[in-house]
Amino acid sequence: MTTSEVRPPEDRPPEQPPPRSNLRNVVIWTAVAIVGAVAWAILALARGESVNAVWLIAAALGSYAIAYRFYARWIATRVLGVNDRRATPAERLNNERDYHPTDRRILFGHHFAAIAGAGPLVGPVLAAQMGYLPGTIWIIVGVIFAGGVQDMVTLFFSMRRDGKSLGQMAREEIGTVGGIAALVAVFSIMIILLAVLALVVVGALARSPWGTFSIAMTIPIALVMGFYLRVLRPGRVLETSVIGITLLLLAIVAGGWVDGSSWAEAFTLSPKTLVICLMVYGFFASVLPVWMLLAPRDYLSTFMKIGTIVLLAVGILLTAPVLQNEAVTKFATSGAGPVFAGSLFPFVFITIACGALSGFHSLIASGTTPKMIQKESQVRLIGYGAMLMESFVAVMAMAAASILDPGLYYAMNSPAGLLGTTAQSAAQAVTNLGFTITPDTLQSAAAAVQEQTLVARTGGAPTLAVGMSEIFSGFLGGATLKAFWYHFAIMFEALFILTTVDAGTRVGRFMLQDTIGNVWKPMRRVSWPPGVWGASAAVVGAWGYFLWTGVTNPLGGINQLFPLFGIANQLLAAVALTVCTTLLIKSGKVKWAWVTGVPLVWDAAVTLTASWQKVFSGDPMLGFFAQRERYANALDQGQVLAPAKNLDDMRAVVTNSTVDGILAAFFAILIVIVIGDAIRVWMRVLAARQPAELREAPFVESRIIAGSGLLPTAQERKQRQLVGVGRPGAGGDGLSADDLPDYGDTRGGGP
Amino acid sequence: MIAATLRRGARWLRWYLREVAGESAYDRYVAHAQADHPAEPVLSRREFERRRMDERDDRPESRCC
Repeated sequence: MTTSEVRPPEDRPPEQPPPRSNLRNVVIWTAVAIVGAVAWAILALARGESVNAVWLIAAALGSYAIAYRFYARWIATRVLGVNDRRATPAERLNNERDYHPTDRRILFGHHFAAIAGAGPLVGPVLAAQMGYLPGTIWIIVGVIFAGGVQDMVTLFFSMRRDGKSLGQMAREEIGTVGGIAALVAVFSIMIILLAVLALVVVGALARSPWGTFSIAMTIPIALVMGFYLRVLRPGRVLETSVIGITLLLLAIVAGGWVDGSSWAEAFTLSPKTLVICLMVYGFFASVLPVWMLLAPRDYLSTFMKIGTIVLLAVGILLTAPVLQNEAVTKFATSGAGPVFAGSLFPFVFITIACGALSGFHSLIASGTTPKMIQKESQVRLIGYGAMLMESFVAVMAMAAASILDPGLYYAMNSPAGLLGTTAQSAAQAVTNLGFTITPDTLQSAAAAVQEQTLVARTGGAPTLAVGMSEIFSGFLGGATLKAFWYHFAIMFEALFILTTVDAGTRVGRFMLQDTIGNVWKPMRRVSWPPGVWGASAAVVGAWGYFLWTGVTNPLGGINQLFPLFGIANQLLAAVALTVCTTLLIKSGKVKWAWVTGVPLVWDAAVTLTASWQKVFSGDPMLGFFAQRERYANALDQGQVLAPAKNLDDMRAVVTNSTVDGILAAFFAILIVIVIGDAIRVWMRVLAARQPAELREAPFVESRIIAGSGLLPTAQERKQRQLVGVGRPGAGGDGLSADDLPDYGDTRGGGP
Repeated sequence: MIAATLRRGARWLRWYLREVAGESAYDRYVAHAQADHPAEPVLSRREFERRRMDERDDRPESRCC
């Protein structure tokens, strides 16, 4: 340990220890590679025979391990040049609030909880329409080369700039035009995201007294938790969460009682009523102080999320279910699938955003996380690693959807307009699609989970819940608990969708207040009641509008809106990848610019093709304007086209198609503006033949000792013993420095 | 041997959960206040948690999809 005497130049990272190419490592990584390759071979080559879901898991885990160990590490050390001698903003600006060095494993948990929500669960379920293979390949390849890279690189650049947001980086590094386009993109994706997620909840709760009762109960539960935490036992989050989760499980059980009682009527709500309830809820959650509703719900949903995901992974491994979905369905090429229109390219890549490449993550990777990172090299674990976890959730969702009988899958996921309202009409419609299910099977499947019907329960959540109840009841409780597990899964999804909705409404409200505040000062004051109420109402009104059109659209809300959500999310990814590529070029790393440049080109190709088809396709199933024309022409002649039932339905279709078509075009134009503006900057930098001026925070020597991976390194333990870093502050539980994860504490020595 | 490993695992889990949930924030604050600002009074837990929570009112964090 004499490195302190020899100081390398500050912009050069310390010498890496020579790679350990000992036999053990070679054997382990060869074994991982073989398992992954065998799993892929089985998935790719099996035709007409049954494939076990475990192979999906094996292919995913094998690929992740290799990508994390080799590709992500290479990007971190060679492309980004992470330097653990350089103090992170958390260390330099430590204020014990937003900036403070946080143990990498804790930060990993925070970051994962912030990025993972319903997206990776819903997208793959819908994409299962194309078969399990295209979606799975995209989830795994996409996360390795695009999603993980975007998250890690954005996190790194934001960290080097004291945690600047994506919008700020776009404005400073690209220019005003690109910056404004990025801000508009962020706000629009927020609105569409909230509308689509709320639509998933509506689809899951409509006419389901059990589900509606359980979810409604989460509001009083959150209020009780909030009061307990505020007044009775300040700061005792864990015991509050235990109480909350117990009450939550009780609410799920009680939902079953309500379902069979005279109260069922009161909790049987139509989609329209649910929309009103959600909007009222969203408004109040955004206006009320966070301690009452938002914070306690956040604890609940985080613990439920992690617990259920672990349970699902264990369940798939224990029950080893067989996939019933085809590897590639005919809808992949025909583009005439009932769940969403369009062929494999580009729509699989639009439908599965979260889990493979999610632009929204760049907001979190440039938000709170970069302000809490201890060591630069930890961007690999936190940025790339957490994204791999989310991708794994998406693979499990794909597995859960693909173990269902395809007949049931299409009966649940096709629009109501196509299926009709009875089991008979739905069975007939599914037969017309080329699959088989009898009305009896459909009714008994609904009865098994104690739902009135499973017909046209679109949105992905009910399908996933049926799949999960299948898996869970396979090893916990058998058929008698099927209904419980179904509603458990619904609760789990609805809970964190609502957490996203209330947090998102609040974030949208702040963005709106800030933007209007630039022109009209009082609006900026975050606690000025008229400003707060006005901005909240505007945000709720915006997503509420799309939600309302979603539930009233005869063509099916998910069918119409989900592609827009995918396009918006991938648009944001394009902004993030453009900022990253620009920064690589500006840092004089043109030869590595392909690391984010290739995913950018892919993402732009996918998103622009999808927007193009949504705007210009002559097929009324696919193109919004072709659809508009078809219905407008019929309307002019006073005709009613199925699935519309009357002239009002016809008018609704015309309006929705117009709005959706304009949005699709608008998103495409935003991407072109951002990329175009960035290319102008790239040309300028490349013509100057020297690295551009960077807006990085200055170099300060780091004093924190911390590793980069999940496990404490031998060197880390030794160093900690040498300098005698123990547990700071409140001791008393007798942990030695050795078996304690590192706190990254700099107290007494920090700046 | 197994018992010791289990005990270590349980301690690690407790540490992890407390840190992730933010329960240890107050302990950290007290240590920080005593070390760096010994002259100033230390906030009670109630007051500290209240301020920490109210800060979140104006600094909302997005949750992703």
